[in-house]
Amino acid sequence: MTEQGDRRSPVSVRFRVNGREVDVDVEPRLTLADCLRHHLRLTGTHVGCEHGVCGACTILLDGAAVRSCLMLAVQAEGAEVVTVEGLSNDADLTPLQKSFRKHHALQCGFCTPGMITTAHALLSEEPDCDAARVREVLSGNLCRCTGYIPIVEAVLEARAAYRPKTQAGDRGGDRA
Amino acid sequence: MKLPPFDYACPTTLPEAVRLLAGHDGEAKALAGGQSLVPMLAFRLAQPALLVDLRKLADLRGIRISENGVALGAMVRWREIEDDERLDAAHPLLKAAIAHVAHYQVRNRGTVGGSLAHADPAAEMPGIAMTCDAEIAVVGKSGARVIQAADFFQGALTTALTLDEIIVEVRLPAWPARRRWGFEEFARRRGDFAMAAAAVFYDESEDGKARNAHVGVIGVADRPLRLPSVEDVLNERTIDEATIADAETAASAAVDPQDDIHASAAYRRALVGTMVERALKRAAA
Repeated sequence: MTEQGDRRSPVSVRFRVNGREVDVDVEPRLTLADCLRHHLRLTGTHVGCEHGVCGACTILLDGAAVRSCLMLAVQAEGAEVVTVEGLSNDADLTPLQKSFRKHHALQCGFCTPGMITTAHALLSEEPDCDAARVREVLSGNLCRCTGYIPIVEAVLEARAAYRPKTQAGDRGGDRA
Repeated sequence: MKLPPFDYACPTTLPEAVRLLAGHDGEAKALAGGQSLVPMLAFRLAQPALLVDLRKLADLRGIRISENGVALGAMVRWREIEDDERLDAAHPLLKAAIAHVAHYQVRNRGTVGGSLAHADPAAEMPGIAMTCDAEIAVVGKSGARVIQAADFFQGALTTALTLDEIIVEVRLPAWPARRRWGFEEFARRRGDFAMAAAAVFYDESEDGKARNAHVGVIGVADRPLRLPSVEDVLNERTIDEATIADAETAASAAVDPQDDIHASAAYRRALVGTMVERALKRAAA
């Protein structure tokens, strides 16, 4: 870590993203959001307001939903980061994604990565949350298309995939 | 906006962190959770030469509960308070207030010390510190000292911290089991900054009278306030409808808010009375 650099000297940072070890050289001022997008080409994380209001850049940091525009990349040293790319698989839509499609929980799609990552964190911790809790948690994510009602419905329906599997045939959510 | 350039250091000991802050003639800033400081950087309201990240300082972590009260390490995050079931009894007012701090993602990062040092006039943690006669323990190049909350908040985003000082912990005095309390906040959206909020508590004597009343408000001045005139209304009286109505009137009279884009001064004055009224009704219920 630099202490007396020229303020732009790159710093080497290592962390894990979506299960993969990465090593990047970044200016200290680079946000984690821009590091993910520009250095690691993970453009699923969207940058809306750049000051912690819109929620579009939400990622999982050691399992907790955080705003990647309010974190420096250098602060991610040693952390486990999961982006929206890490919550999908190539085979099929995940239960949460399917639920978003079924309920028309997006239109332009700009806020969707933040909605998915936030909802995933919530449902992983609280698979039995009620509609009020979903609304409270998603209040930190702005959507200008849907009016939120279909998003809340989609998240509520996806809860089942996050509950412990109790019966054969009840396939739990694989990652999301 | 992209952040202005700065150097970054991540010390592993508190003395090293103090040395870094002290060595930069006020051009260095401590970085805790970053949930206020990073937006300040984005807006160019802060342009430090060096950020000193506090995340590796074990001395600043943890919630300690003893017969003396609750000590919150400066790097305790809102989520830790929310998840700590011991606080339901050890400091229910703190827990109720912190439930209003910011949104889900910010709660996973934002810290107690960061909020105190940032000193937003509408923030809950400074309000609880003021209401509860908290002590704020800090360390700087000339050593450790303890600052009373009443002396700590000096104006909007202005505190008694010197440029080389770091908050170590905030200490809230012990909370008696039978204490009556209420916290009420009004914001357009849950998690947004308070337009006004009130924290109240009192102890009840055997004849049902209020003693040791504490009333604090946020969002209506350049810093969190205690309202002694409202406390005088409550002390030695039964907290019934008439007393609560008198307290509401006294609270509105005690504050002098300014007009801003969110609300007129008259609206905020009325609102703070209503918050005190509702908090007292909750306390007395």
